[in-house]
Amino acid sequence: MGIPLKELLERHCGGVRGGWDNLLAVIPGGSSTPLLTKEVCENITMDFDTLRAAGSGLGTAGVIVMDKSTDIIYAIARLSQFYMHESCGQCTPCREGTGWLWRTMLRMVKGNASVEEIDMLFELTKEIEGHTICALGDAAAWPIQGLIKNFRPEMERRIMEYRKMAA
Amino acid sequence: MPKLKINNVEIEVEKGTSILQACEMLGHEVPRFCYHDRLSVPANCRMCLVEVKPGPPKPQASCALACADNMEVFTDSPMVKKARNGVMEMLLINHPLDCPICDQGGECDLQDQAVGYGFDRSRYYENKRAVKDKNLGPLIKTVMTRCIQCTRCIRFAEEIAGTPDLGMIHRGEDSEISTFIEKTITSEMSGNLIDVCPVGALTSKPYAFQARPWELKKTETIDVHDGLGCNIRVDSRGGEVMRILPRLHEDINEEWIDDRTRFAYDGLKRQRLDRPYVRDDKTGRLRPGTWEEAFLKVSERIRATNRGKVAALAGDLCDAESMVALKDLMRSLGVDNLECRVDGARFDTSARAGYIFNSGISGIEQADAILLVGTDPRKEAALVNARILKTWRGKRVKIGLIGENADLAYPYTHIGTGPASLEDLAGGKGAFADVLANAKNPILIVGAGAFRREDGVAIQGLCRAVAEKYKAGYNVLHMAASRVAALDIGFVKDDLDLPAMQVVYLLGVDNPDILDQINPDAFVVYQGHHGDAGAMRADVILPGAAYTEKDGLYINTEGRVQFAKQAVWPPGEAREDWKIVRALSAYLDRPLPYDDIIHLRGRMVREWPHLAELDALIPAEWAAFGNPQAPISKDAFVPAVSNFYMTNVITRASLTMAKCTDTLLKSAVMGENGSVAAE
Repeated sequence: MGIPLKELLERHCGGVRGGWDNLLAVIPGGSSTPLLTKEVCENITMDFDTLRAAGSGLGTAGVIVMDKSTDIIYAIARLSQFYMHESCGQCTPCREGTGWLWRTMLRMVKGNASVEEIDMLFELTKEIEGHTICALGDAAAWPIQGLIKNFRPEMERRIMEYRKMAA
Repeated sequence: MPKLKINNVEIEVEKGTSILQACEMLGHEVPRFCYHDRLSVPANCRMCLVEVKPGPPKPQASCALACADNMEVFTDSPMVKKARNGVMEMLLINHPLDCPICDQGGECDLQDQAVGYGFDRSRYYENKRAVKDKNLGPLIKTVMTRCIQCTRCIRFAEEIAGTPDLGMIHRGEDSEISTFIEKTITSEMSGNLIDVCPVGALTSKPYAFQARPWELKKTETIDVHDGLGCNIRVDSRGGEVMRILPRLHEDINEEWIDDRTRFAYDGLKRQRLDRPYVRDDKTGRLRPGTWEEAFLKVSERIRATNRGKVAALAGDLCDAESMVALKDLMRSLGVDNLECRVDGARFDTSARAGYIFNSGISGIEQADAILLVGTDPRKEAALVNARILKTWRGKRVKIGLIGENADLAYPYTHIGTGPASLEDLAGGKGAFADVLANAKNPILIVGAGAFRREDGVAIQGLCRAVAEKYKAGYNVLHMAASRVAALDIGFVKDDLDLPAMQVVYLLGVDNPDILDQINPDAFVVYQGHHGDAGAMRADVILPGAAYTEKDGLYINTEGRVQFAKQAVWPPGEAREDWKIVRALSAYLDRPLPYDDIIHLRGRMVREWPHLAELDALIPAEWAAFGNPQAPISKDAFVPAVSNFYMTNVITRASLTMAKCTDTLLKSAVMGENGSVAAE
């Protein structure tokens, strides 16, 4: 508890593949918490309050590290698929919302979407978050929120690229 | 008594009240789909979210949160509005846009609430989900793509009907409502699934594509298919009954009705007697006649017959007015051969307590031990069975049954099959005697079918002996809507010698057993609304009105007087029944002293003041009735109803009921599921 993330990764876990500079992002608490960018990872410590202040959470403390070879949008889309599959279907926002998120994310991976849809996606996650019986709804919402907060330029770039290609 | 503030208004509520209920008390409407007053609370639709302080910074499901002291609840704050909008959007993404062809349109919770909380356009560009429709039998049409997974139907089937046939299969967005294994619903109350379904997933199959709710005239009236007098609403368009829905009455049917009540209405359009018929002297066949011809023929025969050889019988569906009028007419002629127990029951009618359901239907819930005698309440009065199930679910009351084994949807002790077990109980013998002796508030429910035997009076006396020994409530469960009224007005004669009668006046009597007893040479007048067994036997047919076509008083098995209203007009030349009797009285030169129904009711109330006490339960005075000393045969009690869907002329004329019978019989023959007893 309280160990600096960089120390955890570099000293105890064998370091980021290709060196620290090759780090893209870290999901600090299992799969459900919003991701942290490299800049944040530099100085953050692994405890509840600090991570919360950074807009993420300690969660299960299962750290997922992604280097620059990762397609970050696809990575998050894969998480969305996981949450859709795990949704039990009892309550509405999670049952209906997780599928919607995943399908929209799949389009985001290709860039087959409009820029406004990024905002819509964010709004959607807010419609699910906090409105469900259990925390699976929240868990499905957070990774996408983290993605949009931190990698919005990448998402927009892909949309533009797709448009150019399509045109 | 928690005290809390809702939208800054203070309210004090009973402990255990949910926030949703408290909001309703203050008149704040809270949208909901899964929550239903009479079902358990799963809190899964998330539509009823409200903001609660103190608490986590997210909205709470008001249906599942109990009120507590110092809570502050907001039902229309921005947070709540946003949450509900979100939930509504989620509900709508996979809901088809088929409102124009959906039968729920106009009375759809989703439609109504979408007006308040929906967006004006969709942001959902993915493919919508489609779900395979299920076959739930001849009564319920399914369009499962419309389902919003509120699970009300599952909870209804399990908790109210006691037939856990439905469940949710798969998970996540693939979850769908289904019967566990492909089979139809076995409940007699399955029609209520249509009412509990907030969307158009479960709709009425017979009513499919027939009408829109706003085109229908709604008449609040009373049902006659069983002895309970369920409160119903008849929806009609023009002269046609389009559908029948339940109406709230906490003490009788709550908000449910059984499938016979709900779906037998198509029988009102088939096999109707719409003009008088007279048996032709030459051909010996019935031919259409005029009212005048029919009345002349009847009056001639009655005049020509010794008054001791004339009898009048009143059937299962008669209103009190027509029976009083017929009784008055017969009395004025000097005829006292009147009988209403056309099912062959024999019991002592001297004390009212001896033939009514003294504890009241809602009184079942106070019982802590229930003894059923010679009855299968599930078939004889499905709502009484639902009430017993509710009581059993609530406090696991001990239930005993004397009679044939039946699937009653709750566990019971089978004490025996015949009167011998009753004698044992009266003598304090047997395991269930201890249960009754230790109970604070035991009740006994005797099916009227148990009296359908030579020793009926003795059985009745024995039941009284048991009730007195254990200080138990004594209740007779009648199956005929007219019976208690007929008994109250004294439409009985204990030693009627029917085979000796030369003129028999049948007021809606179609029971084959009693028709067989009529002398083949006797002249038979049938007044009624359906061409059934009684009309076949008749020499003159006077076409009357069915229960939806006349105003009338009915007294249910509890002794509760209820007023039924006319919804549509009788077909063709058919007339209201008391008017027919009144017209006949003029032909017999004994004009009855009333020309309209107001005066007739005035005459009724003068002699039987309790008929004016609408919807009241008047306790009957306890008296000695029945004769426990009379000889009793050892024969087992036989079931009174073999086919729930075919019990009177209306159901026998109904195509829907025939389809139900077909499904029911088929599944029994195939042995497809054990819960349907072979008929």
